[in-house]
Amino acid sequence: MNKKISQDKVVYFINYILLALLLVIELYPLIYIVSCSFSSGDALMAGRVRFLPVAPTLDSYKAVFEYSSIWVGYSNSLLYTLVGTFISITLTLFAAYPLSRDDFKGKKILMGIFLFTMMFSGGLIPSYLLVKNLGLIDTMWAIILPGSVSAYNVIVARTYFKQTIPKELLEAAQMDGCEDFKFFKSIVIPLSTPIIAVLCLWTAVGIWNSYFNPMIYINDEAKFPLQLVLRRILLLSQVNLSKGNVDPMVIQKNMYLSEMLKYGTIIISTLPLMIIYPFIQKYFVKGVMVGSVKG
Amino acid sequence: MKNTESSLKRFGQYALRHWQLYLMVSLPVIVLFIFAYAPMYGVILAFKNYQVSKGIWGSPWAENCGMNNFIRFFNNYNFKECLGNTLILSFYSMLVSIPTAILLALSLNYAKNLRFRKTVQMVSYCPYFISTVVFVGIINLLMDTRIGVIGKFVYEKFGVSVLGSAGLFPSLYVWSGVWQGVGFGSIIYIAALAGVDMEQHEAAIIDGATLLQRIKYVDIPAILPTVVIMLILNMGSVLNIGYEKVLAMQNQNNVSASEVITTYAYKVSLVSTFPDYSYSTAIGLFQSLIGLVLILVTNKIADKLTGNGFL
Repeated sequence: MNKKISQDKVVYFINYILLALLLVIELYPLIYIVSCSFSSGDALMAGRVRFLPVAPTLDSYKAVFEYSSIWVGYSNSLLYTLVGTFISITLTLFAAYPLSRDDFKGKKILMGIFLFTMMFSGGLIPSYLLVKNLGLIDTMWAIILPGSVSAYNVIVARTYFKQTIPKELLEAAQMDGCEDFKFFKSIVIPLSTPIIAVLCLWTAVGIWNSYFNPMIYINDEAKFPLQLVLRRILLLSQVNLSKGNVDPMVIQKNMYLSEMLKYGTIIISTLPLMIIYPFIQKYFVKGVMVGSVKG
Repeated sequence: MKNTESSLKRFGQYALRHWQLYLMVSLPVIVLFIFAYAPMYGVILAFKNYQVSKGIWGSPWAENCGMNNFIRFFNNYNFKECLGNTLILSFYSMLVSIPTAILLALSLNYAKNLRFRKTVQMVSYCPYFISTVVFVGIINLLMDTRIGVIGKFVYEKFGVSVLGSAGLFPSLYVWSGVWQGVGFGSIIYIAALAGVDMEQHEAAIIDGATLLQRIKYVDIPAILPTVVIMLILNMGSVLNIGYEKVLAMQNQNNVSASEVITTYAYKVSLVSTFPDYSYSTAIGLFQSLIGLVLILVTNKIADKLTGNGFL
């Protein structure tokens, strides 16, 4: 018996060490990037930053603030995310509520129509040609509409409605002659704010972070969302600072700046999510749990 | 006959009384028909030789009874490489990400210090919200042989460039994925563990079971249904791995390990100077069909074995 208890103690202890190790592994890259963003160009290019900022400056942030396409991207992304989230959530709830009603006739067929889209899709080119033929290229609708109805989100919302809206409430409302849409608007929606919050966050993060669809549908730089601007800076290293300047000193300085710009943009673009993250974290967790209940 | 007539009549009455419900559901259904089902009709492109001037329907059928695009793909020297890379990345990813998420969930479940536990949870969910572009940007900066802290170290110690090595690509892809997703992936197992009957644990303690034995005989069987569901969901997308991340991580040096089916289909159509839409559609259709078959088969097997089918 004693031996077993001491074995458990060892296991608990190792467990703590492993978790602490994980904490370090998860945090280190983040801290490193933050430190780099505050370090001087010389220290960065020599690879001297290990953990804390070396020769601290705000130069990378200055570069970010002076780089106008980032801010164009920022405001575009904000617009696309707001409009896209609103449309997507409205459509999702419109689909989920009727499908959650036990008395709704035609539920099976309609549910099948939604479920099938989770298992099979037309693929890249047919979708691309469709968007092109509809004349949506270079408009925000190309980013927003194709993914606006997600069967997965519909199932999550439907499950939530089924679990939380009491049948008696509907019966009582119907006795009083309340129509379906009015019931949906004034009873179902107010009772479902937690799940609506979760779906809004999922959708908003999804649109804010997406880059593939914008990349194939948006060619006009003035309409680039933030992720496409970031792609240029971070992945393609296409930064336009020199503006035809041939002075070697300036070119050297700009080479440093374009490297520093990368760290600054990473921080600036991720900051909004990281600030609201602690507040929304518990909703995300809740959403995953509702989603895990069988549809 | 009379039966169907009366049920149709009943349906009519119901629909008339609840027309608002049908109006509501019709909006998302219309959107789905336009943006999900219309492209499905577009897959006939795979059996044609698409010519922009003639449109989808007017283009001539492909050779070999319309199967020419598929035959070309299967005979292409890229086919084996793409399929192999896709399978390696997705199975490697699945084999690592599911067990690590379960391990983290178990670890957190037995961390008694609540504050520490919450901290670990919060920090480990955090990277999940970083976008693909920024995430790959971070990898590139960390692994750079000249200025990146890890890349420089590896380069000086072993003489390998992490970003430039095709051999390291699968591991870089999978383990960076673990870094980003393990916390979020563990949520579902934490939820499953929270549902484990405490009485079973108490009984096991009285019987003198150690912690590891309790995990093995009480916890693991309890979360098995969840694992099965996650496995099925993963199986459906075996050929459809996170191509956004693969595409973003791709460079000339690792392309032999990072060219997957989706990125190949993208390159021959939307990037190429001679876009071949029909060929790309055929590749996409091949991928979708395999995905559909895999999800149905795994579901059937899971249903037979454990009674935990998903659909």
